[in-house]
Amino acid sequence: MENAWLIPLFPLVSFLFLLLFGKKLKEASAFVGILLTLASLVYSILVLIERFSESTFKAEAVWLTIGNLELTAGFEVNQLNALMLVIVSLVSFLVHTYSKGYMHGDERFPVFYAYLGLFTFAMLGLVISPNLLQTYIFWELVGVGSFLLIGFYFYKESAKAAAKKAFIMTRIGDVGLLIGMILLFWQTGSFEYDEIFAAVEEGAISGTMITLTAILIFIGAVGKSGQFPLHTWLPDAMEGPTPVSALIHAATMVAAGVYLVASLFPLFNASETAMLTVAIIGAFTAIFAATIGLVQTDIKRVLAFSTVSQLGYMMLALGSAGYVAGVFHLMTHAFFKALLFLAAGSVIHAVHTQDIEKMGGLWKRLSFTGPLFLIGTLAISGVPLFSGFFSKDEILIAAWANGNYPLFWLAVIAAFFTAFYMFRLFFMIFSGEARSEMKNVHESPSVMTMPMVVLAVLAVVAGYVNTPWFGTFLGDWLVEGNEALGHGHIEGPGWIMIVATVVSLLGILLAWMMYSKKSISRDWLSSRAPLAYGIVKNKYYIDEIYNQSIVFGAKAISLFLRFIEVFLVEGLVKLTTAAVQGLGKTGAKIQNGQVQTYGTIAFVGLAVLIVIYALTGGYL
Amino acid sequence: MSSVPVSAYLALALILFCIGLYGALTKKNTVIVLISIELMLNAVNINLVTFSKYGVNPSITGQVFALFSIAVAAAEVAVGLAILISLYRNRRTVNIDEMNQLKN
Repeated sequence: MENAWLIPLFPLVSFLFLLLFGKKLKEASAFVGILLTLASLVYSILVLIERFSESTFKAEAVWLTIGNLELTAGFEVNQLNALMLVIVSLVSFLVHTYSKGYMHGDERFPVFYAYLGLFTFAMLGLVISPNLLQTYIFWELVGVGSFLLIGFYFYKESAKAAAKKAFIMTRIGDVGLLIGMILLFWQTGSFEYDEIFAAVEEGAISGTMITLTAILIFIGAVGKSGQFPLHTWLPDAMEGPTPVSALIHAATMVAAGVYLVASLFPLFNASETAMLTVAIIGAFTAIFAATIGLVQTDIKRVLAFSTVSQLGYMMLALGSAGYVAGVFHLMTHAFFKALLFLAAGSVIHAVHTQDIEKMGGLWKRLSFTGPLFLIGTLAISGVPLFSGFFSKDEILIAAWANGNYPLFWLAVIAAFFTAFYMFRLFFMIFSGEARSEMKNVHESPSVMTMPMVVLAVLAVVAGYVNTPWFGTFLGDWLVEGNEALGHGHIEGPGWIMIVATVVSLLGILLAWMMYSKKSISRDWLSSRAPLAYGIVKNKYYIDEIYNQSIVFGAKAISLFLRFIEVFLVEGLVKLTTAAVQGLGKTGAKIQNGQVQTYGTIAFVGLAVLIVIYALTGGYL
Repeated sequence: MSSVPVSAYLALALILFCIGLYGALTKKNTVIVLISIELMLNAVNINLVTFSKYGVNPSITGQVFALFSIAVAAAEVAVGLAILISLYRNRRTVNIDEMNQLKN
């Protein structure tokens, strides 16, 4: 555990190595990336196992000394960090492996692996940071990595735009995080998590200040985790290669926001308003994104909206004082969503389209991907015995126990929608008639299916570390030795589990009747409420609203500033140069070699001198 | 004798000097320019003689200087004309506009 700081360095080595030698290695660079992330993974698992028996380890060194203020850098291995290390390095390793098959034949193959290494380094660094400042640095590095990966196909206009959008949208949130961080530093004089929590507990910070800083930091999390109203970048980010979507938009970067809120949980917990804000934003995002997911036809966009929705669940859990529930769902979601993305990638790899309207009848053709996709779908829908069922149940109980009944019911409805749209996706891809134009459908190579198998196993069993039946091992461990995080297990009425089960089964049933058996017409609802359908189909016109208001305003300001630039600044500059040039040209013209001209000038100069002399009386 | 005021001499000198200056700065023919310079010199000579007679301390020194000046001017004209002739032999012109060798 003392050497946990090595974990993020392996991917960094991979990044630097591939940056230098990638061109020579070509596709062999995959092995460099895979081996080094495997090293990270093994080390992370060792750290996690060690952490079970030992207490939190923290090491720091002075980084900067400013006056009598010392900024430190180091690493910390607490329960949450150890868990995150394993999740991130595991998913990263699997994605590295999967990409070897998926990106095969790409011209910039080594570059892709280099970027993956950079991103993994940033993310692993983020989860072991012991203070806010370090977190912020890695937070931004994660943003850079994601920008590079989303824009990997930079020759596509849409990918370029998506990368920029992701970067700018998350930057908006980061401003909130930065301000919140500075305010916290101003109030407590430290970036250290421990010292901040101690100050909060002692009451050294006023209540309003706690609320303010918590909400500002939450804005950062909103940006990174794609919560409403900064969610619009996440669906667009699907322009990146599919393994990237699995890595960034399922398990790591988007979870960073949830991780941030979780690691600052004592701060949030000290303010009721902040907690309520987190819960409301979370619940709203969960239902909001779920409704959009109902009508999307792009396989990856459906998954993107479902990610947004599930992240909303996690926020709801954290906002409802369900620390364990939030982190638990973060873990299970990382596994089954990564599985779904990788399976979707496998489907796309096979049929070369992302439009689910054009798919169908792939169950027999993709005999391996199909069942794996089904497992992921079952897990996310919250079908009993799969991991998603247990974590979602925890969240619902947390929301109920906290007394947020409207939010609880919102979450239940969102769960119904989730089950419905996930199975809509599943049935549209795999059931029904095979399309004639899809003759050359072939199963993906084993380098792609193996990571999916690992994730599928985890998607099934990961839930059993924290169940109401076999003990809440994970929950107890997570909160061990830290009362500020709440209880390891929140007791809730037993009927919640039944409701959750019924709701998800109902969603599945409805999806089956509509898209597989077709006993209910597909446009039964859309033909009856075309207006609502249109609104949802267009994602509530959020993008359009932003374009009309914020983007338009920004453009107007930039136009105005450009006007100043062109006419004022450039005008002055041009005037100066023109004056100097004119002077030079005149001087050159005068020096023409004619004695008479020289004489004239000498005479004029003398006359001017005499005039000045006469006027001033010789006193100049 | 003293019916002519001192200002008349000075005015004559001024007018002569100005004509000389104008000629020296504007004429194209180098011979004319040289003659104009002579005019300016002679305007100075008139001033010298005037102040030797009507100045604050009248003395003969001014007239001696005027004689010196005339002698020097004569020598200068001899040298100047010699240079002009050799220039003319080289360039086949006495137009001052074409004598811009100072530029290079």
